[in-house]
Amino acid sequence: MLLGYALVLPSLLIFGTFIFYPFIKNFWLALYRTPPFPGLPRRWVGISQYRDVLTSQVFTNSFKVTLEFVVLTVPIGIVLGLGLAVLAHQRLRGMGIFRVIFSSTVVTSVAVASLISLTLLNPQIGLMNYWLGRTGSLSPLDDPKWALVAVAGVTIWQNLGLSFIIMSAGLQAVPDELLEAARIDGAGAWSRFRNVTLPMLSPTLFFAAVVGSILAFHSFGQIDLLTEGGPQNHTNVLVYSIYQTVFKENNNGKAAVLAIALFAMTLVLTLVQLKILERRVSYER
Amino acid sequence: MARVAFDDVTKRFGDVVAVRDLTLEIADREFLVLLGPSGCGKSTALRMIAGLDEPSSGTITIGDEVVNDVEPRDRDVAMVFQSYALYPHMTVRRNIEFPLKSRKVPPDERGRLVAAASETLGLGELLDRKPAQLSGGQRQRVALARAIVRRPLAFLMDEPLSNLDAKLRVQTRAELIELQARLRTTIVYVTHDQIEAMTMGHRIAILAGGALQQVGPPQEVYERPANLFVAGFIGTPPMNTVEARVVREGETIAVGLPGARLPLPAPLAHAVAARNVERVVVGVRPEHLLLAADGIVPATVTVVESLGHERNLVCRLDDGTLIITRQAMDVPCPGIGDSVRLMTDPEHLHVFDARTGDRVNVP
Repeated sequence: MLLGYALVLPSLLIFGTFIFYPFIKNFWLALYRTPPFPGLPRRWVGISQYRDVLTSQVFTNSFKVTLEFVVLTVPIGIVLGLGLAVLAHQRLRGMGIFRVIFSSTVVTSVAVASLISLTLLNPQIGLMNYWLGRTGSLSPLDDPKWALVAVAGVTIWQNLGLSFIIMSAGLQAVPDELLEAARIDGAGAWSRFRNVTLPMLSPTLFFAAVVGSILAFHSFGQIDLLTEGGPQNHTNVLVYSIYQTVFKENNNGKAAVLAIALFAMTLVLTLVQLKILERRVSYER
Repeated sequence: MARVAFDDVTKRFGDVVAVRDLTLEIADREFLVLLGPSGCGKSTALRMIAGLDEPSSGTITIGDEVVNDVEPRDRDVAMVFQSYALYPHMTVRRNIEFPLKSRKVPPDERGRLVAAASETLGLGELLDRKPAQLSGGQRQRVALARAIVRRPLAFLMDEPLSNLDAKLRVQTRAELIELQARLRTTIVYVTHDQIEAMTMGHRIAILAGGALQQVGPPQEVYERPANLFVAGFIGTPPMNTVEARVVREGETIAVGLPGARLPLPAPLAHAVAARNVERVVVGVRPEHLLLAADGIVPATVTVVESLGHERNLVCRLDDGTLIITRQAMDVPCPGIGDSVRLMTDPEHLHVFDARTGDRVNVP
C-alpha cells in the first residue's frame, strides 16, 4: 500500500508542479485584474473579467483567426494524408522509400519547418515566392490577405507526416478480404474506395479530425517564428494572443481568462469525440 | 452456369511454387471439391479462378473464354470467403444488394432479387440488421445469399463452413448440397476437411505441395487412391500402410510383412511383377482388417477406442508398426495386451511402389 503511493509520488510531484497547480492557479488568476503598472496591488474583480475579455476585440479576433486556421488546416491535412496513404498502400517496387519520405515531417521540428518556409517565402530569394510570381513584392507572410493561408500551408505540410501515418494505419486495418469481395461483387476502384475503404476508415478519419483540430487550436511555434501574430493580428491565434498578453502586456489576469476559453474549446471537442466514438466502437471485423 | 478449366497452370510467389502444372476441368453444374492440407495450393487455385491471383503460366477458362486477363468483376463468378467478408457497415439487405448495385441493376429488380435470395436462405427477419448483430451461422447465410443473388456462372467457396460449430456444420453441409441441386450451378469448393469433400463433392481433386494428386468421384478416390498421400489423407482413421519386400516364390509373388508372408492375388502379382520393384508399401483400410484365429499377421492390442457404434483397435506388429482395425460392437473385444491375429481379404489390399508412392494398378 505504502509502496504503491511511493511509486506514484514522483510523477504526482511532476504533474502537481507543472500541470495541476498551474491549472488551478489559472482559475484563481482569472478572478483578479492585473494593474496597469507593476508594483500596484491586484484587484479582485470576480467573474466580471470574463465578460470584459470574452467580449474584447482581441478575443473575438483571435477566436475567429483560430477557427479559420482550423478550417484551413484540418480538412486539407486529412485529405492529403489519406491521398498519400492510398498511394503508399499500392504494392509497388520501392514504395518503402516513399513511405519514409511521406512520414518524414513527423521528425521535423517546428523550428526547422518554419525556417525552411521563411527562406522559401523570402521576398528576395524565396523559391516559392518566385513560383507564386511575387519576387520583389511582399512575402505572403507579410500580406494581410495571405498570411494566415501561408502559415496554414506550412502547418499542413508539417503535420502531413502524422496524418499520413494515421491514415496508413487505418488503411492497413481494412481487411483485404473485404476489398477482394468487393472486386468480385463488381465494384470498380472508386466504388471500392467509396463503399468499403472509406466507411471502414471512418473511425480513423474522425479521430484524425478531432486530434488535428485540437493540435491546430494549440498551434504556437510556427506562428511565433513566421509572423509573430501579424500582420495586423491576422495570424494572431488564441495561443499566440495568450503568449502576447502574458509576456508583452504582462497582463496575467486577462491571459488567464483567454487560457480558460481555450481549455473550454478543447474540452468540448474532446467530449464530442468521446461521445461519437463511444457510439461506433463496435465495428466487428 | 459454365465449365471452369485449368490448363497447365503454375503460380509462383517469388521462389515458392504454390500451384504446379495444374490441369483440371470442372464440368458445367458440377460440385467439385479441392481438398488438401493447409498450404497445398487449393486456395490459390480458387483465387486464380476468381481473378484475385494471376497465374504465372498456363490458362484459366470459364465458359468458353480464357479469363487470364479478365478483371474479377467481369468474370461473373461469386465467392464465399472463410471469414464471410461481409461489409460490416452495411445492413444484411445492403450486403446482399451490393453485387447488384455494382452492376447497375435497376432498384425494383434489385428489391425482387434480394427478396428471392433472402427467402431461399431464410433471412427475411434479418434484412435490417448489421453483420455484427448476427450469429456465425446467420452470417454464413448472408454470405451465401450475396453469392446467389446474382446467378453467376460459377460459385467459388473457400472453406465456408470452417468457422461454424460442429453441429451447424453438418446441417449447413446438407443445405449446401440441396442448394446446389436447386440452383443447378457449378461450384468449386475448397476445404481441408475430407468429410466435407466426401459428402458434398461430385468429384474430389486432391492437392498436395501445389500438385494435383488425384481427381475423381469420392468413392473412387476412397477405394482406389492414386498414391500414398491420397491413401493417408482420405479416410478416418487413415489407411494402414506397411512397407514390405517383394518375394518371388515360383509362380506366385508374395510380400514379406513383419512376422508373416502374404501371397498376392494373381492380377495384383502380375502388376507388381511388371513394375519390377523390390519394395512396396502395402495398405489396408481399418474396416477391412479382421481378427481371426487363423489370421496370418500376429499383433498385440495396445489401445481400444470405443465409439459407441463401433470400436477401433490399435495393434502393434512385431516390428513396432501400429495398425488400426475397425471392429463392429458385436464382435468380442480383446483386452489390452492380448495377442491377436489379423487377416484381410486380398481383394482389399492396396499396393504402392515404395520408391514413387504411386499405386500399383491392376490392369
